[in-house]
Amino acid sequence: MMGSLAVIWAIGRKDLLLEIRNKDVVVAVAGFALLVLVIFTFAIDLNQGNAKLVGPGVLWAGIAFAGVTGLNRAFALEVEGGTLEALMLAPISRDLIYLGKALGNFLFIAVAQIIVIPVFAVLFNLVVFRWEMLAISLLTTVGFSAVGTLFAAMSVKVRAREVMLPLLFLPVVTPLLMAAVESTGHMVNGRSWSDMAQWLQLAVAFDVAFVVVSAFIFQHILED
Amino acid sequence: MNKVLDLLDPLLILSAALMGVALYLIFIWVPTETNQGAVQRILYFHVPIAWGSMLGIFVVSGSSFMYLWKKNERWDRLAVASAEVGVVFGGMMLLSGMIWARPVWAVWWTGEAKLTTALILFFIYVAYLMFRAYFPPGAQRQRLAAIIGVIGAIDTPIIYFAANLWSQAHPPIITGPGADADSTLGSDLGTVLLVSTLAFTFLFIFMVQTRYKIRKSEDDLVELKRSSSASVMTGAS
Repeated sequence: MMGSLAVIWAIGRKDLLLEIRNKDVVVAVAGFALLVLVIFTFAIDLNQGNAKLVGPGVLWAGIAFAGVTGLNRAFALEVEGGTLEALMLAPISRDLIYLGKALGNFLFIAVAQIIVIPVFAVLFNLVVFRWEMLAISLLTTVGFSAVGTLFAAMSVKVRAREVMLPLLFLPVVTPLLMAAVESTGHMVNGRSWSDMAQWLQLAVAFDVAFVVVSAFIFQHILED
Repeated sequence: MNKVLDLLDPLLILSAALMGVALYLIFIWVPTETNQGAVQRILYFHVPIAWGSMLGIFVVSGSSFMYLWKKNERWDRLAVASAEVGVVFGGMMLLSGMIWARPVWAVWWTGEAKLTTALILFFIYVAYLMFRAYFPPGAQRQRLAAIIGVIGAIDTPIIYFAANLWSQAHPPIITGPGADADSTLGSDLGTVLLVSTLAFTFLFIFMVQTRYKIRKSEDDLVELKRSSSASVMTGAS
């Protein structure tokens, strides 16, 4: 058990080190998401009433779209550097490779949100620094990176992968996106945990289902 | 060699005959529903087509799972054939549903749970077909496509649950003349639906079978080319 965690952490740490040195993914994801937010402040005439109404949707749509651009890089670097073969040759099971890569993606999208969510609070004038936001954000990011890592590994060899990944990713994560938007909506309207409980349960079910299934199914992707 | 498109195929003849009976029942035999008027007759096409698209998704999921398990080419052919036919049926389902909803619900589209689920599933299986079209041919493409098929199957109940919760929070706008009136047709409705559903089911099976044969011929051709080029090479050396 400790060995497995060490392997996952080693792969996640490798991606993290690369990211700390070139900052490609986090800057791209955060920048893209911020631009979506800014564009919507022009596209919608914001006032206190409709900021609460549309704000959560704009935030999570922005993070989902931006997340795709980051996920596209996850395996692109491995293929460009020819290191995917090295990973496959390593004497570790494939589900650990998956979990390690998913951990990296989770950290990137989470860090990008640490930049994006405060800006969202400022632009939309909403109170978001609450425990509810942390829970919603963590649950959504786990699901995004679980599904995203699987599909990114699949579409890395497709021509036009920049188009393929969002077409696969977005419809599959729609239920999670609904859960994030709805529970954030409850939060900005000052409702309690119990109002968003069903949505958070849905998010947990989504996360558990896709982390387990993806880890299990990943061996079929890295098979030659 | 057996022909790919056989116009004397019993399935096609059966489907065509039932389709004729269904058309007679739908447009001449069954009385007009009094709440919704003539537009209600779309239902007799919409429901069987929706059933066909559901069947398509079911077969794609099942055969994708079987392909990952058994790695037999047949399951992959069945998956791609039913995905293509299923997406065509799905598109017709969405269109016929919208044409019906506009006069009856007074909107083309609304956030009702079944509608949302159908639309998202349609997108997942369009992505499935696009992935197959973009990916270089070979065993890896079949494996990855099968993974999308399995993921779609796992996502389906979650999507439906989410869409259901969502439509409770945002009640869909359904007004119009037939919004909550009971049907005035009774058992006639069931009779017509049964015949029409049988006709479309046989059509579905025939289309999947034809597509399967085309896929098989494509594979045979690739195999033939490979073996002939191999024999040329050994002959030259």
